Amino acid sequence: MDGPRTRGPSLPFPRILLQPVLHRIVHRIARENPDMFGRLGPWRSSQFLIDPVNLPFALLLRPDPDNLLLRAVSRRNPPPHVARIAGRFLDLLELVDAETDGDALFFSRDLEVTGNTEAVVCLRNALDDVEGSIAESVAEMFGPPGRAALAVLRRAGERRKAQRG
Amino acid sequence: MTTAELICPAGTPAALRTAVDAGADAVYCGFQNATNARNFPGLNFTPEELERSVAYAHERGAKVLLAVNTFPPAGKFGLWKEAVDAGARLGVDAFIVADIGVADYVAREYPGKRLHLSVQAAASSPEAIRFYCENFGVKRVVLPRILTVPEIRAIRKEIPCEIETFIFGNHGLMVEGRCSLTNYVTGLSTNMDGVCSPAADVEYVRDAEGNMTTRLASFTIDRFACGETAGYPTICKGRYRAPHRDDGYYAFEEPVSLNLSRLLPELMAAGVNAFKIEGRQRSRAYVARVVRAFRQAVDDVRAGAEPAFADLHALTEGQKETEGAFRSKTWR
Repeated sequence: MDGPRTRGPSLPFPRILLQPVLHRIVHRIARENPDMFGRLGPWRSSQFLIDPVNLPFALLLRPDPDNLLLRAVSRRNPPPHVARIAGRFLDLLELVDAETDGDALFFSRDLEVTGNTEAVVCLRNALDDVEGSIAESVAEMFGPPGRAALAVLRRAGERRKAQRG
Repeated sequence: MTTAELICPAGTPAALRTAVDAGADAVYCGFQNATNARNFPGLNFTPEELERSVAYAHERGAKVLLAVNTFPPAGKFGLWKEAVDAGARLGVDAFIVADIGVADYVAREYPGKRLHLSVQAAASSPEAIRFYCENFGVKRVVLPRILTVPEIRAIRKEIPCEIETFIFGNHGLMVEGRCSLTNYVTGLSTNMDGVCSPAADVEYVRDAEGNMTTRLASFTIDRFACGETAGYPTICKGRYRAPHRDDGYYAFEEPVSLNLSRLLPELMAAGVNAFKIEGRQRSRAYVARVVRAFRQAVDDVRAGAEPAFADLHALTEGQKETEGAFRSKTWR
């Protein structure tokens, strides 16, 4: 329980390879869940830094259906953002899918929020009102390899939960 | 022994469906404005969402209770009337109210609708509860979290309405419906604007050593060391310095959640008709897990079996649990 400290590999990571994939992912999620944007209120055009601390990059999200953006960015020198949400990748994935409770992660110091708290609360509530699994939807985009990768991630998540007790 | 309905929270339509599917007897929720005490950004229901949600619940045998449980400021009563009118039109099963004016409006305009007295009314004596029953036809009172089980049993014998008690969730009780700490610090009222510690005024600051400071409108609420479990940035749960103390201390209450799992049999034997799970601002994951756990436990007690107690510790504030005043008046 030492908090979501950054542990990502320090080797250079070719983020450019990820950008088209992330573009497809965010547009698919938006297409399948058009109602979620209403809960974002004035923050839908804001940029959020999603920081999976055990990956070699962070993600910049702009949840604006008219100007969507999800791209990998440098953690050390991120673009302007209204808030940063940091945690281990598996925890963040489970948060998006409402499989784990954000407040519980906050209490245990496994989730860290800095910046504009109201914007983060709106984003959280918007995502929490999405039913079905966003992770599964994304995995489907990549066929059997995507589903296999998700299964591996989920098994890792289960192991981690068991270790936490 | 009562059958004890399970009353569950929903901050979004998805959470409402989750609660119903997990076994809620009734779900409570509110509109996206100051008429309810969880007026948080991005939370709550539009009238259209409520209409669909009522249909979903009713098709599965669950009720929907509309929280209209804040206090209208003078001259702004229209918003509360609109909320009640919309709730009645959309077919909610009961209104949860705290304000005498709102209670009177429901009683006069919708005499067929059930009225539940919110915990925000802070009615904790037989005399106070009877006042609401006799004047507005209140059918159920949600008791403040300041009473022991024997006191609840005694009150039950002296009032003509049902009793609902909290069994799990946030334990920021203070004097419910009277707390002005947020108002003092932010200018927004928990009781009239429906928001305790508004997110726009909350700030989390992490230093290089991993310590986290929580602030509300520039007031420091607490400072958690690296690895120390954290609590909500509410003033009543803050850790403060005072001249007579060497270190910071929890002056009002500690970051801790209520968990009455083990008191369920006693509460049902005392005549409690409904158990409320707090947490409209919490996630669907919380709703699913807590509702499932208490559904199982209540059903076990009803069946005369030893109740199963799921481990909900990770969901509790600061990862600490208490039975609060329900167990003993000396809990603080």
